[in-house]
Formats: sequence, C-alpha cells, structure tokens
Amino acid sequence: MITFIIRRLIATVFLLIVVSMITFAIFFLIPRLAGQNTYQLATEYVGRNPTRAAVLQVEAQLGLDHPLWLQYWNFLKGIVAGAHYNSGTTSTYCPPPCFGYSFRSQQPVWPQMVSDLPVTLSLAIGAAVIWLVAGVAIGVISALKRGTLFDRFSMGVALAGVSLPIFFTGLISLELFSYKWPLFPNVQYVSFLTNPYLWARNLVLPWICLAFLYAALYARLTRAGMLETMSEDYIRTARAKGLPERTVIFKHGLRAALTPIVTIFGMDLGLLLGGAIITEYTFSLHGLGLFTILAIQNQDLPEILGVTMLAAFFIVIANLVVDVLYAYVDPRVRH
Amino acid sequence: MSGALLEVTGLTKHFPVTRGIIIRQKVGAVQAVDDVSFSVDPGQTLGVVGESGCGKTTTGRLLTRLLEPTGGQIVFDGHDISHLSAGQMRPLRRDIQMIFQDPYSSLNPRHTVGSIVGAPLRLQKVSTPNGIKAAVQELLELVGLSPEHYNRYPHEFSGGQRQRIGIARTLALRPKLIVADEPVSALDVSIQAQIVNLLEDLQGELGLTYVVIAHDLSVVRHIADLVAVMYLGKIVELAPRDELYARPRHPYTVALMSAVPVPAPVRGEEGRQRRERIRLAGDVPSPLNPPPACRFHTRCWKAQEICRTTEPPLADLDPGHQVACHFPENSAPDDRAPGDGAAEASPATAANSADPE
Amino acid sequence: MAEVLLDVRDLRVHFPTDDGLVRAVDGVSFTLERGRTLGIVGESGSGKSVTSLGIMGLHQGTRAQISGHIKLDGEELVGAPAARVRELRGSKMSMIFQDPLSSLHPYYTVGAQIAEAYLVHNKVSRQVARKHAVDMLGRVGIPTPATRVDDYPHQFSGGMRQRAMIAMALSCDPELLIADEPTTALDVTVQAQILDLIWDLQREYQSAVIIITHDLGVVAELSDDILVMYAGRMAEYGSAEDIFDSPGHPYTWGLLGSMPRLDEARLDRLIPIKGTPPSLINVPSGCPFHPRCQYAAETGGLSQTEVPEMRPVAPGHLVACHLTNDQRRAARSSAAHLEDA
Repeated sequence: MITFIIRRLIATVFLLIVVSMITFAIFFLIPRLAGQNTYQLATEYVGRNPTRAAVLQVEAQLGLDHPLWLQYWNFLKGIVAGAHYNSGTTSTYCPPPCFGYSFRSQQPVWPQMVSDLPVTLSLAIGAAVIWLVAGVAIGVISALKRGTLFDRFSMGVALAGVSLPIFFTGLISLELFSYKWPLFPNVQYVSFLTNPYLWARNLVLPWICLAFLYAALYARLTRAGMLETMSEDYIRTARAKGLPERTVIFKHGLRAALTPIVTIFGMDLGLLLGGAIITEYTFSLHGLGLFTILAIQNQDLPEILGVTMLAAFFIVIANLVVDVLYAYVDPRVRH
Repeated sequence: MSGALLEVTGLTKHFPVTRGIIIRQKVGAVQAVDDVSFSVDPGQTLGVVGESGCGKTTTGRLLTRLLEPTGGQIVFDGHDISHLSAGQMRPLRRDIQMIFQDPYSSLNPRHTVGSIVGAPLRLQKVSTPNGIKAAVQELLELVGLSPEHYNRYPHEFSGGQRQRIGIARTLALRPKLIVADEPVSALDVSIQAQIVNLLEDLQGELGLTYVVIAHDLSVVRHIADLVAVMYLGKIVELAPRDELYARPRHPYTVALMSAVPVPAPVRGEEGRQRRERIRLAGDVPSPLNPPPACRFHTRCWKAQEICRTTEPPLADLDPGHQVACHFPENSAPDDRAPGDGAAEASPATAANSADPE
Repeated sequence: MAEVLLDVRDLRVHFPTDDGLVRAVDGVSFTLERGRTLGIVGESGSGKSVTSLGIMGLHQGTRAQISGHIKLDGEELVGAPAARVRELRGSKMSMIFQDPLSSLHPYYTVGAQIAEAYLVHNKVSRQVARKHAVDMLGRVGIPTPATRVDDYPHQFSGGMRQRAMIAMALSCDPELLIADEPTTALDVTVQAQILDLIWDLQREYQSAVIIITHDLGVVAELSDDILVMYAGRMAEYGSAEDIFDSPGHPYTWGLLGSMPRLDEARLDRLIPIKGTPPSLINVPSGCPFHPRCQYAAETGGLSQTEVPEMRPVAPGHLVACHLTNDQRRAARSSAAHLEDA
C-alpha cells in the first residue's frame, strides 16, 4: 500500500510539472510558432485597448525575447520566490506564489484567485454533499424497487436533471424563488465567517441547481451499480447466512456498488473546484468560475493562465486522492 | 520421429514478473511451461492432462502460436513455427485451429452462425466451388446441425449446439491439427458424450490430428491415443493411453487417478465407507517459485533426498512410456531402472489401489 | 433408525416470466435423517439448485411461487414468516455454493465474514466471534489460521477458499448442510480433499447433508441416498447401491452410459442421450423424458400422455417410469450386453 502511494505521489508531481509546461507552451510558444513576434504577443498580455507604451513595457517585463526555457524557468522561479516586474520607472513585486501579473488590472493574479476561492469551495462542496446523498439514496431505492412507479418516476426526473442546462434551471429558480416568491431574496455570497446563516441561505438555490444536475447522474449510476451488485453470488451467500436484509443491502451490496461512484465523485469535485463557471455566472457569485469568464472577456492572459493552472492542479490532486481511496476501498487493487 | 505432424522439443514459456517503485525490475518469472517435449503423428490424438497451474492451457496457446515460446522449438508439418512473425504464421494458421472451452463466450453474440462459421473462409480468402454459404451449410451438417441454422444467433442455441458451431468454425479451413482446450468441460454430462463422439467421428472422417487439453482424466481416457500428464509446467509422464491407465507410474499420475471420484459406492462393515485413496497434502505450489529439483517432491509420499536435489529426467522406462521420477510406481520386472536410482522406496501403501476390480 | 430432520413433500417452485410459467421444480418429495447424506443428481435445468434454494428460503423477494411442504425438524417452512426462516438460515440450516471466489465478498476479510455469520445468530462480543472464526478455519484444515483470518478471499487458493466457505457455513453448527456443486470449480486432487473434509465434518457434527451435483462419481463417494432429477421432477430415488447397482430409470441409464469412466475399460463409443434437455416452460406432456427415451414406445403411448408417479421397484427404491418391471429388466440387460461387447 505504501509503495502504491509513493508511486502515485511521484507520478502526481511529475504530472503537475508536465501540466505547467503544456499550459506555458500554449500561452507562450504556440503564438510564436504561429508567427507572432514578441510585440504582438505582448499585446495580448496588456488586455483590451493597449497603448504602445504599455505593450513595450509588458514586452520588457515579461522578457519575451528570452529563450523559451528561460521564460519557463523564470515562471517557475516566480511561483516559488516571487517575481519582479520592473522596467524603467515602475517596479512591482509579485509575491510568491506568483502565477503571473495582470497588466490590465495592475495586480498579481494569485491574490485575486485566493479571494475568489472560498466562494467556489462553498458552492462546490455544498452541492457535492447534497448530490451525493440525494443521488445515492434515490439510486438505491430505485434499484430495490426496480420497475415500480418510484423507479420510473425518479429515472424520468433524473433524465430531466441531466438534460436541462444549468443556466436554465438557475434562471428559472431565481425568477421563481428569488423574485416572484422571495424565499431567497438577494442571492449574494456572504462569507461563512461573517454570517453562517446567510451564507447558507444565499447558497441554497445555486446548491440545489448544481446538485440537481449531478444528482441525476449519480442516481442512475448508483441504480446501475446496485442492480449489478445485488445479483452477485456473495449477496446470495450473505442471505444464506441469515443476515437481515438491511445488512445485505448496505453492508454487502451498496459497499461494493459505491466503489466506481467514489472514483467519479472525486473527479467531478476536482473539476468543479476549478470553477463552476455557468452556475457562478448565473447567480453572480464571485468565484473562480466568474473570474475565468471575466478574464476571458477581458482577454487578460495572465489571469487565464493562472486560473488554468489552478484548475489543473485541483484535478490532478483529485485524481491522486481517488486512486488512493480506491485502493483503500477495494483490497484487490492493493495486492 | 520424422513422420510426426507436430514435434515439440524443449518448449518453454516464462512470464516475467516485475516490481519496483519507479523503475520496474524483473524479479522473477512465472515458469508456466518448462522444457516440454512430445511428438504427435498424423491421425493421432494427444491428451494433455493436469490441474490448474500445470501449464497445459499455456502449452495449447503456444502450439497455436497465440503465444511465442521463450525457449524450445515447435515443428509443425516440417516447418519450425516457434518464432514466426504474424505474417509468416498466417498461411500456416489454416492448418492449425483451436476449439475453446466456453461455448458461451467464444462465439460473438452479434454475429449470425453463418457469419461465424464462414469467417475463416473469408479471412483466408478461400475459394469455394459453390460459394461460402454452401460451404458453411455443409459444415453445419457435418457437425450435426441443420443448414437452416445459418441465419440464427448464438443465443438461440444450447451449450452443446454452440460447441458444435465452434467445431464447425474450426473445421472450415480443413485444418490438419486441432488443439482443443477443455472442449467439453462446460457441458452437461449427456451432452459431453455427444461432443466426444462427434470429435471421434470427425477424426475418422477427415483424418484430423488432435491435441486435447483437459483436466478430466475420464474424458481423456476415452479420446486420446497418447497421454501426457503435466505438473507445474513439466511433463511428468507420457505414455500410450492404455499403458498409462493400466499402469500409471509417476506418483502424481497415481494420485490423480486415485482422486477421481468413481461412480461405484463402497460398502464396508459399518455401512458406507470412504473409498481408500491417496491423499496429497496441501495445494499446488505457485509456478512463480516451483520447488527445486523434482517439482512434485513437496507433496509426494515417496520423496527422498535425491528428489530434493536432482531433477529426474523424463526417461523411457519401457518402450514408449516416459516417466520423470526417481522412484516410479508399479514397476514390472523387465523395466529399466530410472537412471542412477538408489534402492527403490518401498511400494506405496495399501491405500494405492484405485481399481475395484 | 435416525429421526427425520428434513421432510419435503410435493415441493413446487414456479417462476412467472414474460415467456410463460417456468416450472423449475414440479413435485419433489424426499426425507432426510440426521447423520445421513442425500445426493441430488441432475443436469442443468433439472431443478436441483432451485430445490435447495427453496429449502433455504432464498426465493423470498423473487417472483417465485412456492407450494408444498418443507418441514425442518417438524417446523413448516413454506409460508412461514420471513423473519423466522431468516433466523434458521445460517444457524439450523446452511449452504455452501459452487464458486467460492464469487460467493465470498471481495471487500471483507475471510475472518470478518465468518465472524459475521456467527454474530448474527449468537449474542457474543466481537473478540469471541473472531476467536471462533480462527477455530473454524483450523477445523477445516487451513494452516496458520490465526494469520489467515485477516486475509481477503482473493489471497486464498481455490481449495482454501472453499474450505473457508465450509467453515463459514458450519460456524453455527447447523443440523442441515446443503452443498451446491461444492467441488465443480476445483481441481481433482483438491476436490478429493474437500469431499474428505465434508465426510469428516459430517461425522463430527452429525449433521444431515444434501449434496447437489451433476457428477455421479461425487454422489457415489458421499451419499447414502440419491435422488435423480429431470426437468424439475423426480426420476428416481434410492440408496446409492440401488442407483448404481440396479438403476431403474432410462434417464439414469443414459447418465451412467454416457459418462466416460476411469475405472472401467470402456468400448470406444460413449452412449449419449439423444436430444437436449427440455424447456421448463413447455415441459413435454406425460413423462418429461419421453422425447429422449428409447424405450418410450414400449409403454403403448402412456409416456406421452400420463405423468408417471414414483413407484417402488424394490424397498426404498422408487422410479417414475411407465415401464413394467419386466420391461425394465429386459431393457437393462440388453443395455448391459451392449456395454460389455
């Protein structure tokens, strides 16, 4: 087991480095290969409506005429030790970890992401808990009552959940529950530390909308997994031992059916932590997703680069956690 | 023997096992098949018997070149096929075909019977006088199915019928050698008999040569001319069928035969009694780490010091009957002594007799 | 004369399906005394497994329609409350299955699964249950049970796994043990060990054993009495000597004749039973075996129209066949001549 974890950790570090290289290459190498010169490339980094002076300043500060490996090395250095962006009169210090400096907003990228992170975390984790519990519960009941009205109804609702886009469900629920019948007026993020009650109340609508989408998927997955597990031979053995049906279903059946679900859950959560873009946009929650959209709209490359790397980081880590968890849950993998 | 259709010498297959955190190193090998030699004449049937882990399935795969040997030689019909590439093997594949164990999973459920049986003809671009469909229907009749089954799907047939379809497919290219891997073990007893009879009839009609791999000694007794008993990758005994069953000489063969349940109840003084048999201790050792010298010595009731240090060669103890043992059973006065055999161990205990004759 | 532990009378298990009513078991009756072994022989589709699952009450929750009587130690099981039958399962009657790898839960240690069986029926602490599990593993011949108790099923070899299953089944000292094809998935030498084990344990625990198999050799080794089933019905019932020395049903003759044997020099051709086992939805009228029976013509049409009852041909030896005793003897001796030719 330990060797397994060590091997996975080494692979993860390696993966993160590769991810950073690829991301860096996409932003700094490919445009050059496409024929852009450093001036044109620098233009992209200044944001909208660049002035010539600003572009030249950026060009110098980013060191775009240096060889690529040096640029990458400086980038890595920046993550660890911070970087100075100076040319001539202005000199700004970007403290570690420095994922870049947004010339448009004249701020380092990392602190902006850090301030937006709690919103995304609250949204993602809250919704994740809801969809996991609801999805698995409905899936188990549907599997046990296969073919009944409940089963058909819940799978139908699941189909709706998977099919309806979140901006649709989001806007409809806002319209109904925020404006028309103001059960949740003024959906705005309030920090947990400031006011836990408001924090929760204002997140209920986005939680439910996001969870609806995933719960549907998980209900179907759990149902399929349960149906398969409950037809296995060891279930028959469990019953033959005289175990109560509840024990057979949960301790023997669900436990085995959940393994693939745990894997998928880890991946889904990892992806979501990089920013639930549409949900945040619909509900105007200032998380990483909204940050991403604004960065794209503003053509602010340093911000886009920064958030891409952070999202990639979450996914890679989620991957690692899931692999280790899987080995813990299924003993056959360990040996 | 130059007339042999199939001649195998020193056949070996090791599967490497690797371990390591970053760099995987080979730490050992699963010695699935180790120095196996035999030859099969045209029209003969060789039965390969043994329990799980003995290497018989791997041997079957090696013969049909689904695997490449790590050592040794396979000569089929005069051609050395041991290390031929896929392209070089292709024309020879017409002559070597395989029947598989599980009739439920060896037929593609999405293909019709006609498509399944006709596939070899299409793949090898065989020209048939009346077209592929006619050839397929002829094959179906040959194996006891009706030509109307051409358009049906496998799931519409029973296990025995599916095995017949598999056999029809195997015969499509009129092979010279058929390797049958447990052809009847997945079937009900009464159907087994039908398939065994079919295989025998086909051998007579078409002049086929068989290598039949099975764990069931009774089935092999029925169908084989020559029998090889395998244990942990090695052949421990090789003899003509009647010889082997009348006078098994390797202790493992004796124990194996003794273990087969016989449909004849034994009654003693106090009512039902267990049939006396040789009870082998423990489980089969792992082929990753087989016992040194004689691989059977850890479970053999006759094992002596020499068995732990010197591997017994597969020797001709009497003409045609090869045994790899320092102290073989059932010696007859005119047998040769096995190599440098010391004084033979005392005959096996009274628990030896398996025949209620 | 040992007392009757299990009394099955006219057991029927039917499954309604979209294609029709599957008559998996259609009128099976037998008794079993303590300390004795009954072997139920049949091929796939004969209903032998469904019968055993019916005795254990494992059809609960399925669409099975069960009728008839199953009396375990005098207590009627058919129609009994599910909770009561569950109580008996694992404690008074237990079962082992064919494939121990798929029949044991892959995620729990073998010790945990054995202890679980014990804990359900006995109010003891976990430590006591665990110790009991170690004891049981030792009792079934697994070396170093104290360490192996924490291993997972996939870490055991095939034979050891089946021993662990037996340990689990016997952990509550049941009075009836049902073994459903316990050795089919095992190697021959390991099979011999397991059969020996079942034999020894039966004598030690004095339990009644039902062994279900298609292998006539296995029943000959272990059983006192044998029930031959075909298409959900009984074909023949008798002691092991009756069945092997003087079998009475053409199906039994067919089984014995089509088996390749190790102990006899056989003529070159096996004598298979022609045709295939029947569908359980459209069971042939009259005697279910008649389409495949070469003696059906001798009954003057009875085989096609009338279902044969189990009739004694000798004390304790019953056969469900329309052939008269004379016809039977004649058929048997001509078949015997054929075999010896």
